[in-house]
Amino acid sequence: MIGVGKIKQYSNVLDRSLSKGKQEVSLSAFAFLFSELVQYNQTQVDNISELERRLEDAGYAVGARVLELLCHREKGNRRETRLLGILSFVHSTVWKVLFGKVADSLEKGTEHEDEYMISEKELLVNRFISIPKDMGTFNCGAFVAGIVRGVLDGAGFPAVVTAHFVPMEGQQRPRTTILIKFAEEVLRREARLG
Amino acid sequence: MAAIYSLYIINKSGGLIFYKDYGSAGRMDTNDSLRVASLWHSMHAISQQLSPTVGCSGIELLEADTFDLHCFQSLTGTKFFVVCEPGTQHMEVLLTVIYELYTDYVLKNPFYEMEMPIRCELFDINLTQAIQKDRVALLGR
Repeated sequence: MIGVGKIKQYSNVLDRSLSKGKQEVSLSAFAFLFSELVQYNQTQVDNISELERRLEDAGYAVGARVLELLCHREKGNRRETRLLGILSFVHSTVWKVLFGKVADSLEKGTEHEDEYMISEKELLVNRFISIPKDMGTFNCGAFVAGIVRGVLDGAGFPAVVTAHFVPMEGQQRPRTTILIKFAEEVLRREARLG
Repeated sequence: MAAIYSLYIINKSGGLIFYKDYGSAGRMDTNDSLRVASLWHSMHAISQQLSPTVGCSGIELLEADTFDLHCFQSLTGTKFFVVCEPGTQHMEVLLTVIYELYTDYVLKNPFYEMEMPIRCELFDINLTQAIQKDRVALLGR
C-alpha cells in the first residue's frame, strides 16, 4: 500500500527532538555574516557608542537562548545559584560551545569587589577585523559582551558587561578583556548565601 | 638582498588599492605607483585582445633584464602583481598566499569598503610575515 513504511514526518518543528546538531560551522561563513551584521548596524547609527550598544543587544538575544539550550544539553537542567558557578559556566561551557575552546583566563578584579574579567588573546569574532584608527576604542567584541550579559541576566545575575582592548607589552596585538560588573543585589545575595 | 622589490594590488577598474615597497632601489612616490598600476592594468587588458590563442587570460609573467613581474588575476578581476629579481622561484605560490590573506583580512573586515585602498592592520601584519617566511625559505635553499 502506498504510504506504509514512510518515515513519520513531524508537522511542527517544535515536535522534533532536540538533537545535538552539527558541532561545526564554517569560520569563513560566520566571519562574513558577522561582518555584514556590523556593516548593517553602521548604516543605522550616527555614532560609535550607538553601534556598540546595538552589537551588544544582538549578543544579548543570543546569550539568553544559549543559556536555555546549554542548561538542557550540558548540565542536565541544573541551575547555577552561586557566582563562581555561573562564572565558570560562562568561562568554560559557553565558550567551548560557541568558540570551540575555553576562555584563556578568568580573574577577579583587584580594585572592586564586584568586577570579574574574562580574557582572551583574540576573540573569535575579531579574528579578521582591523579597527580603523579613527574609531578609537571601539571593539566588535561588544557582541560577545552582549552574549555574556544575556547569559548572566537569564541566570539571575544582572551585570554590566563590556569588552576592552588591553595592550600587552611585547605583543603587537592587544588582548581582549570582557569586564563583568555585577549589580549590588547579586553581591548581597552571595554574601547571604555564605 | 631582497628577492621581491615591490607588491601591487589593483582593483577591477585598474585603481591601485595596495602598494608595498621592499627593495631600496627605485622607490616610487604615490603618484608614480598609481601611474604604474593603471599602466599595467591597461597592458593586461590589451594583451588579452592581442593574444593569438583563444581564451587568453592576460599576462602572467613579464621578464626583463633587471626584474621579473609576476601577475595573478582573481576570478573577480582583482590583480596581484609582484616585481622581483630575475629568476626568482615560486612567485605564483606567494601570490596565491597573498590572495588568501586578502580574502581573509580585507574582505572579512566590516570596515573595508570594496575597491577602496586597503588600510587593514591585520593584513599588513600577516603580509609581512608571509613575505618574511618566503624570504627565509628562499635564502635557506
